[in-house]
Amino acid sequence: MAFARVAWLIMRKDLTVEARSRDILYTTAFFAASCVLVFAFAFVRDGRALDDAAAGILWIAIAFAGTLGLGRGFERERSNETLRALLLAPAPRPAIYVGKLLSIVALLAAIECVLVPLVSLMFQAPLLRHPVLMLALLASGTVGFAAVGTLFAAMLTGARTRDVLLPVLLYPITIPVIIAGVRGTAALLQVDADLDMARAWIGMLVFFDTVFITLALWTFEPLMTD
Amino acid sequence: MPSGSDFKFVRVADVSRHFGRRRALAHVNAEFHVGEVVGLLGPNGAGKSTLLGLLAMLLTPSLGEIRYGQTTPATAGPDLRRRLGLLAHDLYLYPELTAAENLEFFARLYDVPDASACVARALDRSGLTERAHEAVLGYSRGMRQRLALERTLLHGPRLVLLDEPFTGLDDASVRSLVSRLRELADAGAIVILATHDLDVVSELLDRAILISAGRVVADDRRPADLRGWYRHAVAGGPH
Amino acid sequence: MLNRLFMPLLVTGGLLFASAPFMIARAPYESTMGLIQKVFYFHVPSAMVMFASAFVCGIASAMFLFGKRRGSDMVAAAAAELTVVFGVIVLVTGPIWARKAWGVWWQWDARLTSSLILWMIFVAYLLLRRFGGYGSEKLAAGVALFGMANVPFVYWSVNVWRTLHPKTTVVPSLGPGMRDAFWWCVVAFVALYVALLAARVRLERGRLSLEELYLALDE
Repeated sequence: MAFARVAWLIMRKDLTVEARSRDILYTTAFFAASCVLVFAFAFVRDGRALDDAAAGILWIAIAFAGTLGLGRGFERERSNETLRALLLAPAPRPAIYVGKLLSIVALLAAIECVLVPLVSLMFQAPLLRHPVLMLALLASGTVGFAAVGTLFAAMLTGARTRDVLLPVLLYPITIPVIIAGVRGTAALLQVDADLDMARAWIGMLVFFDTVFITLALWTFEPLMTD
Repeated sequence: MPSGSDFKFVRVADVSRHFGRRRALAHVNAEFHVGEVVGLLGPNGAGKSTLLGLLAMLLTPSLGEIRYGQTTPATAGPDLRRRLGLLAHDLYLYPELTAAENLEFFARLYDVPDASACVARALDRSGLTERAHEAVLGYSRGMRQRLALERTLLHGPRLVLLDEPFTGLDDASVRSLVSRLRELADAGAIVILATHDLDVVSELLDRAILISAGRVVADDRRPADLRGWYRHAVAGGPH
Repeated sequence: MLNRLFMPLLVTGGLLFASAPFMIARAPYESTMGLIQKVFYFHVPSAMVMFASAFVCGIASAMFLFGKRRGSDMVAAAAAELTVVFGVIVLVTGPIWARKAWGVWWQWDARLTSSLILWMIFVAYLLLRRFGGYGSEKLAAGVALFGMANVPFVYWSVNVWRTLHPKTTVVPSLGPGMRDAFWWCVVAFVALYVALLAARVRLERGRLSLEELYLALDE
């Protein structure tokens, strides 16, 4: 199937490019870690973190790192105009979107592998006590954030002031993802973990992902053609 | 090569393109046929790149239409794109990947049959086989240009578009490119190139189209003295 | 069509607003909150118009993106601006009420927070149109579409988020005497909205004609 083939090809290419230089991976991961540190100063008092601080900090760090990674990733495409090369090809446009989405999700997954243990350690928060639900929450939340982010970052590559416009556009729209992520994580971190609540949030996120990926696939072509 | 929506000519019919208030092209009419090497000449900012972008289907006309044989972009977008190749000023290469990887990627993207053999041939033609496994980042401008040309031609396009292809090339590369373009046209491609290098292309062009301030000012078959024709047409204004 | 409606709507709206204070004064006082409750006669209709405007913008944006009709873009731009304007009314009158009812200006009330988020999405829309450079109308249409699709998610997630804390009702059920004043104000706001929309679309059409004239200069 041409669509899946193209998406896979683009994702593999992006990951190969990133694997060669690793600059986005390292700098974004480090940025995420510094975010956690900065938030620690705000939310830790007398050596103890405020309730639910760990959940909030984790997801904010993901959101910030995600925005940075998106911006830098598409900036790289822009400087060589390679996005135009992709649009020139007979590949179905939505497949380009999916390919880029997969590579961003992969990048964020790598960063979360660093973030989750870090937050868990620094805030004494047993994030992996319920590993399946936590992973489901992280996966659905990351995909939701990346789904909207990839579309917006792609459509802004040609625009002026794109660096500041990406967060301006992205954050209000992904607020439901952040709420779900934070509240779901907090539910799992409670002493008496509220698993049903976490499942409800995961459900909302999966629904969000479905709606917004569909919307993005639908609008990618008209938004990218001039 | 599958026939599908193949074409023997391209017709630009009363095409205009504006960006907000700026009119980049106004009422351009032109026709291009198989076997021709056509030069788009003109001062900077005249609209040559815009016209190439329209022909490459990267832009849509604000007014008018472009026909590729019997088909239009609206009816057969992806099929038509399979038949075009564009070599733009930005070379569309991934600097972190090697030459071989770049070519492989584009070969697979364009679904070229027998990709590996095609890539090997392309590397051979561009003389980059020895350095095929180095990152493009380390290449000189000339080498990148040769690689980019191969990338453009990998899928055997019917319409070959080139935007200032001679910039940064040394003498030998220029001559080799000129003969390559002639070969392509003789083999049945439509070759359209935008260039400032009048001396280089004076023997190559079958037709010369002068664009100035977004309009076609002159469109002549094989002018004998290209530079003189150019100067005269630029001074003279629209026909 | 919008043009012809402008004057009648403006006049109707004007008359309705002129008489609204009398209607509102005549309506009975709400038992617990006294005079301040009457802010609702403006707050709720503004919120209704704001949400309706967000949908108008979203639908017009979809028509612009997929149908490529310039007219749709004009309506979308106008509707987005009005969403922001009526949103300001909602976000100012809400805290005024909240201060009296709960003693604090902002209590992260579910509906007010959802309105704030929607408002911010459309402010982002306007920022994109203003600062995005060439081609930003189309991109903004994409944002509006995403914003509109987001409304149920925002509403649901904020609601669930807030039910973890003690909940206070926002809109008390309306007593019979209040209903007349309330609907009077709703009609007044809708009339005002459509009139403003018509005016703004006409302005946008004029601006586009100016652009076309600039282009025609070159001919």
